[in-house]
Amino acid sequence: MPKGKPIIDIEKCKGCALCVTACPKKIINMSSQTNAQGVHFAYCVDETKCIACMSCATICPDMVIEILKFD
Amino acid sequence: MNDKILMKGNEAIGEAAILAGCRHYFAYPITPQNEIPAYMALRLPEVDGTFLQAESEVAAINMVFGASAAGARVMTSSSSPGIALKQEGFSYLAGAELPAVVVNMMRGGPGLGNISGSQGDYHQATRGGGNGDYKTIVLAPGTVQELADLTIKAFELADKYRMVAMILGDGYLGQMSEPLTLPKAVQNIPSKADWALTGPKGRAGRSIASLRLAPDDALYQHNMHLAEKYAQVEAAETMAESYLCDDADIVLCAYGTSARICRKAIKKLRSEGIKVGLFRPISLWPFSKKELAIVASGAKKLLTVEMSLGQMLDDIRLHSGKIPSEVDFYGTPGGALPKIETIIEKVRSYV
Amino acid sequence: MSKLIYTKPEALRPVKTHYCPGCGHGIVHKLIAQIIDELGIREDTLLVAPVGCAVLAYNYIDVDGLESAHGRAPAISTGLKRVHKDKIVICYQGDGDLLAIGAAETIHAANRGEDITVIFINNAIYGMTGGQMAPTSLEGQVTKTTPKGRDASEVGYPIRACEMLNTLVAPVYIERCAVYDVPHINKTKAAIRKALRYQKEGKGTPL
Repeated sequence: MPKGKPIIDIEKCKGCALCVTACPKKIINMSSQTNAQGVHFAYCVDETKCIACMSCATICPDMVIEILKFD
Repeated sequence: MNDKILMKGNEAIGEAAILAGCRHYFAYPITPQNEIPAYMALRLPEVDGTFLQAESEVAAINMVFGASAAGARVMTSSSSPGIALKQEGFSYLAGAELPAVVVNMMRGGPGLGNISGSQGDYHQATRGGGNGDYKTIVLAPGTVQELADLTIKAFELADKYRMVAMILGDGYLGQMSEPLTLPKAVQNIPSKADWALTGPKGRAGRSIASLRLAPDDALYQHNMHLAEKYAQVEAAETMAESYLCDDADIVLCAYGTSARICRKAIKKLRSEGIKVGLFRPISLWPFSKKELAIVASGAKKLLTVEMSLGQMLDDIRLHSGKIPSEVDFYGTPGGALPKIETIIEKVRSYV
Repeated sequence: MSKLIYTKPEALRPVKTHYCPGCGHGIVHKLIAQIIDELGIREDTLLVAPVGCAVLAYNYIDVDGLESAHGRAPAISTGLKRVHKDKIVICYQGDGDLLAIGAAETIHAANRGEDITVIFINNAIYGMTGGQMAPTSLEGQVTKTTPKGRDASEVGYPIRACEMLNTLVAPVYIERCAVYDVPHINKTKAAIRKALRYQKEGKGTPL
């Protein structure tokens, strides 16, 4: 059961991929699609595995990711 | 009741600043203005103000930048080589439209020069040594009384126009003691609440900067705004004294200490029946172009006397309406004082 | 009820920054904004921005912001704080600003124990101007102005700011942190919290 999920504002994403390195569950990846800036944005490949650790949101320099925690 | 007191020029500046409501002063030691920081070090704690000897003149002008952005009346003082270091600060203050008062008690140059009074920084003051198109208000006192009165005026003009206002004195004025009546303490200092940085209470954060990158024409527009402002200052704030110019065939043009010496020469020359007068600019920027043109129109010859190789001379040539042969010059750079005898001989030779 | 446990701090403006993808400035700005929210000090905070990539920092953090000439931020912060003794002044600087052109201002503001918080962002390079050597660039590091790698015998060794300032008596808190992974980011956040709390409590210069 997922503990929560990342909410990713893909238009804000600059494609730095720090979130990919930070996620302990390895469930963040860079999309093959691009946003309006032409940037490959981050997305969660498997939301069922999210543990709401906030690592991705913490390391993101651009406030792209918010974390929703389920109860 | 005689309310005159005897004060040293440098100290009169300090006291006038306090009377103007200045409670923050940052400076670095340099001769011949060291009496100013010494005086402020004693006086400012008495009025709960800040006195800080900075690590350099560069640091001092930047402390002024910060305190001005915070909304306070603030001053720094130095002498020629130290003022050279502050040029960056003047440009930033101008671009950010921050008020500040700066005192330059000029000494001989260029470089380290000597510690005698001189007038070698007129160009530096009025043309600006910092980068970009900007102006600084420059006031040139000629007596200890004027050192005090014009310091009050400098704070007033700096706040009114959000500019740097400079008191351009020299080592002699700073060191001499003369009787003066201290100006009255300023009662109504204008509020800066609409632009100063005070912490964003009940409002969004605001910023003060000279950097203007966006939109593309932001800096162009800002410069045009500054130009408009400077035009207002030029129209309203010129100050000059004309002494015995109405019937004068020959007019001496001088400011500060050299003007004092010219006065003595005029006394002697008038006693010989020579019709000579003195045009003494008090605001060097904005320069009294109109007044000079009027005074010059009635004269056959102008003699500019400066303690330099000729800097105000350029403004006299530009604005007097005289042709080159009608404008003569006598200059004593390097801390030397003009000789009364030389002025008298030159004027006699024109007759 | 689900709730958002990580969201944009109030003190961070909802604008896109000009920083490069992955730049640590974004992370530190966010941490500062989080602490400002946490300590409730937004209305009392003044930020002095450096010359460097963070020159527009005041566009990203919603406090009163002041530009600074290159290296002069500690002097400007001194002027601000001497007027506003009860406000929080954050002096945000890069490596060229703090250790090259501004070395004197850094040392003397610290030596006077000015009640300001200095946040020193060290990336061992001059970023804004395209990658020249900084006082903290490492030996052997290739930069635009050390194309063959930094040679200490020619241009000196990297300066260690924390150790150097630690020789002074007045500074009350000096810490070196990193933001390259989440554990270090969390430590950095704690350090910034401590540094701002110290200023709030009037304890002298934190770096």
